[in-house]
Formats: sequence, C-alpha cells, structure tokens
Amino acid sequence: MSTKPLLQVQDVRVDFAQGKGQVFQALKGVSLDIHPGETVGLVGESGSGKTTMGRVILGLTEATSGQILFDGEDITHASRARRRTLGRDIQVVFQDPYGSLNPARTVGDTLAEPLLSDKSLSPQDRAQRIAEVLQRVGMPVDTAQRYPGQFSGGQRQRIAIARAVIAKPRLIVCDEPVSALDLSVQAQVLNLLKELQQSMGLAMLFISHDLTVVRHVSHRTVVLYRGDIVEQGGAGQVHDHPQHPYTRALLAAAPVPDPLIQRERRARFDLARQALAAVA
Amino acid sequence: MSAVVSVSSQGQPVGFVRRLLSRPLAVLALVWLILLVVLAIGAPVLVSLDPLDQDLLAIKQLPSAAHWLGTDALGRDVFSRTVYGITVTLTGVLEAVLISAFLSIGLGVSAGYFGGRWDRWVQQYVSLVQSLPTMLILLAVLSLFGQDMLPAMVTLGIMGSAGVSRVLRSVTLAVREELYIAAARISGLSDVHIIVRHVLPRIAGPVIVQLSLFSAIAVIVQTGISFLGLGVAPPAPTWGSSIYEAAASLNDFPWLLVPSGGVVALTVLAFGLLGDSLRDASTESWSRPAVRQKVQARQAVKPTDIPAGSLLSMRDVCIAAGERTLVHGVSFDLKQGETLGIVGESGSGKTLTSLSLMGLLSPGVNVTSGTAVIAGEVIDLSDEKRLAQLRGATVGMIFQEPMAALDPCFTIGHQLAEVIRLQNLPETQVQAKVIELLEQVKIPNARDVAARYPHQISGGMAQRVGIARALASEPKILLADEPTTALDVTVQAEILALLRSLGQSRQMAVVLVTHDWGVVADICDRAMVLRHGKVLESATVVDLFHRPQHPYTRALLAANPHSAKPGDVLPTVDEQLMKMTGDAT
Repeated sequence: MSTKPLLQVQDVRVDFAQGKGQVFQALKGVSLDIHPGETVGLVGESGSGKTTMGRVILGLTEATSGQILFDGEDITHASRARRRTLGRDIQVVFQDPYGSLNPARTVGDTLAEPLLSDKSLSPQDRAQRIAEVLQRVGMPVDTAQRYPGQFSGGQRQRIAIARAVIAKPRLIVCDEPVSALDLSVQAQVLNLLKELQQSMGLAMLFISHDLTVVRHVSHRTVVLYRGDIVEQGGAGQVHDHPQHPYTRALLAAAPVPDPLIQRERRARFDLARQALAAVA
Repeated sequence: MSAVVSVSSQGQPVGFVRRLLSRPLAVLALVWLILLVVLAIGAPVLVSLDPLDQDLLAIKQLPSAAHWLGTDALGRDVFSRTVYGITVTLTGVLEAVLISAFLSIGLGVSAGYFGGRWDRWVQQYVSLVQSLPTMLILLAVLSLFGQDMLPAMVTLGIMGSAGVSRVLRSVTLAVREELYIAAARISGLSDVHIIVRHVLPRIAGPVIVQLSLFSAIAVIVQTGISFLGLGVAPPAPTWGSSIYEAAASLNDFPWLLVPSGGVVALTVLAFGLLGDSLRDASTESWSRPAVRQKVQARQAVKPTDIPAGSLLSMRDVCIAAGERTLVHGVSFDLKQGETLGIVGESGSGKTLTSLSLMGLLSPGVNVTSGTAVIAGEVIDLSDEKRLAQLRGATVGMIFQEPMAALDPCFTIGHQLAEVIRLQNLPETQVQAKVIELLEQVKIPNARDVAARYPHQISGGMAQRVGIARALASEPKILLADEPTTALDVTVQAEILALLRSLGQSRQMAVVLVTHDWGVVADICDRAMVLRHGKVLESATVVDLFHRPQHPYTRALLAANPHSAKPGDVLPTVDEQLMKMTGDAT
C-alpha cells in the first residue's frame, strides 16, 4: 500500500443544527485514507457518525470543515456539475434493498442511470453493459425488463450492486449492505462484493455495525465512537487485539453462535462495559 | 440460488389499466365520459334537430320518439340542446384542468423537490391564492372579458392549482427522501432528469386523483357561470342555461330539471368516482385487503402427548393465507422458566407461529388447525375470543420496533398505567406499580422517565419500557419477536441480560423469535429451526450448535462469517445443502 491514497479524508467535521442554537457534532474531525483496491471497514453504533461519513464522501451531506481529496482533487465542495461526473468514479450500495430501487421503474432503467452521463455510449452499448453486469452479479438476463417488486431482498441487493459497479467506479461506499439480509443471503452478497472488488480492483468503504462482518471483508478497520475515531488498524488486529475500551465493549457485546463460549463472553462484556463507563 | 427461483412463482403483477377496469364503478364513469366526448364530437351527425330551432306549437313536452328528452319552454329539443352544450362545458373543464395541472405540477413538485427559499416563496404564493374568494374573482374576470369563457376557466385553473400544488408538494417531499433518489444523484443524474424519471412516475397516482376531483369542481363552476347567463350568450345551448330555464318553469313543468340537472350531476359523479377508483387502483398493489375472514372456532381436542410440567404446548399449528400453507404443523413444549428460541430466515413462518398464540395474525392469514395447552387448559388456536382474553394477561409480548410499539402522544407512565388499570387496582397503587415496573426493567431514575414522552428516550430505553408493559399483568408466557434486532449490539447485550434475569426470577416461559444465532446462543435453553414453515430440528442449544442434525442448520451456521477464515469465500446455504445431500446418497 505504498501507492498514493485514492481517497483522503482530512479532519472532517460535520455539525447539525438542532434548533435553539444547539449543535450536534456528528463528526468531530475525522481523517482516514483509502488506497486503490483496499477495503476499509468503518464500524460503530447508531450515533457514531459512520453513516454521516459515507454521506459526506458521496456529497449528500456538506462537511462543516475539513477536506476530502479524491485522487488528489479536492471534492469537499465540488460543484453539481463535477459531482455529476464523479458519479462514474464513486458509487454507493445502501442498506435497504427495498428503498434504494424505484418501484415504478424497470431494473434496466435504473441500471442505465450511471451510464447516462457518458454521451459516447449508444443505447445498444448501454443494453450490452446492462446485460453484462446482470450476468456478473448472477441475475437472469430478463431482469432488466422487470420491476424491483418482483425480486427478493437479496436479489434487489444484487441489482443495487450491479448499479454501483456498472460504470466501473474506483470507489464504492457500502452503507450496511448486508444488515437487512438473511444470513444465507448475506453470505452470497459478501462473496459477490469480494469477488467484484478483486476482479475490478475497487476501493471500498464498508460501513457496518457488525465487527464480525467487517473483519471478514476488510483489510483495515476504523472504529468510530460518538463522532471520533477511537481505534484503527489492520482488520485482524482490531478484531483480535482491540486496544480501546469501546472496541472491546463492542466486541464483547456481539453474541457468538456458540452457547458455551457465549457464557464466558457475557462475563467479559460486563467487565468491558464497566471499563467503558470509567472512560466516558 | 433458491432466491432466483422464488420470483418466477409470483407471476406478473396485474397492470394498472386492468386493475382500473376491474372496478364496475370506474367502468361506468369512463363509459359516461367517453359517451359525452363522442356525442360532442359527433353532434352534427348524430343529432338531427337544431338546438336553436323553436317550435312554439310543441312547448314543454315530455319525452317522445321525436323529442327523446322532450322540449323546453320555447319548443326547442332538449336532447339536442344538451348534446350541443357538452362542448362548452367539457372545453371549459379541459382548459381549467390543463392550466391547473401545468401550474400545480410545476409549483408543487419543484417546491417539494428543491425546498429552501423557493419552497417558502411557493408556499406564500399558494396561501395568498387560497385566501382569495374564487367566485368573486371569477365574476370580476367575466365582467372584464364579457362573453368569453376562456379567461374565466383559465382563472379557475389558476385558483384551483393552489390547493392541488400543496398536496403534490407534500407527496414530493416524501419521495425526495427515498434512497433511490440519493442513488440517482450519486449516479450523476441532473435534477430535471431525477424529477422526470423518478419523482413524476411515483406521484402519478395523487396527480391523477387530485386533477379528477378538480375536474368535478370545474364542471360545477362552469355550469354555474352559464347558469348566471355569463360566459356564453343565450340562446346558445349550455348546461347552465338549460338549468336556468328549467328553474324558471319549475312550477308548471318540473321534468325539464331532470335532463339538465341530470347530466351535470352524472358528470360530476363520474369525475368523482373515477378519482376514487384511480386512487384505489394505484394503491391496490401495496395495500392489504381490509376484509377479515370469519373463522369458525373449532372444538378444542386435548392432545394426548403433553409432557409433565409443560406450561405451554403447541400442537400441529398450521397457518395458511388462502390456498397457500405458510406453517405446516409446528409443535413444541415449554416449561416454566425455560427460554425457547424459534430460529429461521425471512419467510420461515417463525413470526406467524408466535402470533398465532396471540390471535394477532393479519387479515387474510388464518390458523387452519392447531391447539395450545396453557397450564392444562386446552385452547383451539382458531378461538380468537379466548385468545383475546389471554393476550396481555397470561401471554405478554415484546415487539421488534420498540419506538413503534409506544404511542408518541402519551408519557411512558401514562402508557404503563393504562395497562395496570386493567387489573382493577386502586388508583393510589397504580402510580407506585408504574415506578416498580420501571425499576424492575432496570431503568435508572424511574420517576423521571415515567414523566417523559417516547421521543425523549433512547431505543434501548424504549425496549425496556416495552418489556415493563408486557410484564405489567404478570404473564406466565412472554413472546419476544426479534426484540433486539433494531438495537445496537451493546444495547442488545443489556436487553438480553435483562430478559434472561426476568425469565429466571419470574419463572416465565419465554418464546424468542429471532434470525440471529448469537442471540439464541446467548439466552435460549432450547431452540427450534424453522424453514418454509416446517420444523427441521429442535434441540438444546448446546446440541444444536455443537451437533446440528439437519444439513440446513449446519449450512446456516457455516454461512456465518464468524466461523469462516477472514477473506475466504463464505459457504452459502444452497451450495452446502446440495453438497450434503450429495454425500448422503
């Protein structure tokens, strides 16, 4: 990873006005880098600012201060016109596979969207690309003519992933992409993301509340707590040797699918919680 | 990839037009409106009599072969006058509706979509227009432009667009927040593109409904104007002037009011009905049928195989939606103080099984057979009356969305007191019991929390309140449907610890419905794996996790990234199942 980072987030703060002059600090000066072909896991609980982080990178939320550099270019306050072309490089997969596809439009219409800004493509080219990407994510060819309502949650998430990769982006922000899915489907979607990342050399920001999933997919893990990074490092290191009390509490709180081990962990969680209370 | 197969079985959804045409009232309304248009266009060919021809020898005649709708006070043919009047009315309506549609979609959608200052300006403009008296302005316009209908109908369109645009703005506001709009924006679509491709198709329903209702109003206003003799000069035939003439001879020839008033009433009705049907047809695909099927309560048959010490036994529970069986004969036993996990993925029937004990299945879903034995009492699960008595008394329930399960209008204390009063406690003890319950679920500063509203507490706190409410009636059985799925893991761990200690201290039988194996391992004594409505296996948790019997259980456990080597390809369930069945043969 000696190459130049693809995405650099530098000291980003996001404040939300709460009325009566009060301000909620969603992000309190966060910095992180993502290199080409790297997956960075962003872990935290509700209110940690992890979703805000993703939205800032995508340009859906304005940073109060700080900088976001994409391939060396400052995109913190990119114009609408620039954002439009950035859509080919930075894409997104949302958590809710039901809300992220317009039920009133065919899958083909939705998949064509990231390609519309590329004027060199003819409608035939677009149809070709759609057929290719659908095959890539393991969906039948006739999917393009059908409506999202005819697909299950896991299939919709495949379609959402197809939309994210169709324009061959360089960075994908995955905001809890498997949290709404069943375990069996979750495994399929995680495999698909992994496969696409390796074959396309994608960089990914993988946002999740689940340390186990993040450990599985990411190279590096960043732990957010109340708008601050409390710990970051190699995925294995953060998962197996957590340093910060919050990370420890988070790990200890997640129940493991083994009743005997889980009994020991319960005791450990109580200790971790006390330690965290002492810090906070 | 079983998921791929499941789609094809659902079939094609019925198209909007066909849904609309399946409604008799919509068809009637459409037939009437089309008939009017055909008559208006074909009047010179279809109607032989001139609407202005007077026959003073045949005045005020009832319908006959020569005059289908009779004649008026000047001996003119009523049918001919009515048909020739259609054009004026429908053109007027069309003008008003077009103007109104153009303005309301433009203003409403742009205000809702862009928000900010533009939205405020539009809102102020709309309020201003709505505060003006429409009729007075119409009369002023008519007096300015004399005998011309067009300016009046344009004015009506402008006035009417204000209300419609307000509705469209709020619909757009909701659509704007949808994730696919954000996804489209990230994909680089311009605002115009997003509005045309995403917003307009989504709000087509409300647009059509609003405009059809406005059309009905426009019919009345248009006839009202010609009733006053404004707009179109008599003797030219209009519906309004026909009503005026009918009113003049109301005493000696009331028949005249029937055709003239009838067409107006029918046309207004047609637009109204069409609006209703359009709305129903456009929401039918995602709204549920409101009819609840009446199910005959069956005689309960006492099962013979109830183990000693069982507090709750369910036997052969079958649940079906119409022809489709969703749960196939689920049975289980549960002792006092024991926690049973019902595990499965979406569509496995785990929630239905637990809801059947509450008698809370949604309309259209019914228990086709099944018996519950609670502390020796045999209850047939189709006996909704008996189940309603058990609800909240013997059987308590906690829900997945703790916030949604609390009424935002009342304080926490009020909502708990409501449940406690059902036990006929004296009022002085009710408040004490509220505090006691909140303390039992380990809420600090119980008194303070009781005075708060649901939005003032966190999700974890709300779930504690939900548990407190379920405990209020001291139930013997507690059903928990994914009680921690919506919570953060650290909060989940605390709620699970609370459920564990309450189950033991109160010796309740707890049924925990979940998809999360970690939760099962954490608090359940035994667990039951469901798939497609069938019990695959049921065992103590240690056996289930360490010696899973069914290939599906094994496959599910393997699909969990927990047991996989980081970065490796995760085994997926169907590959696993195929491999295992292959081994077996």
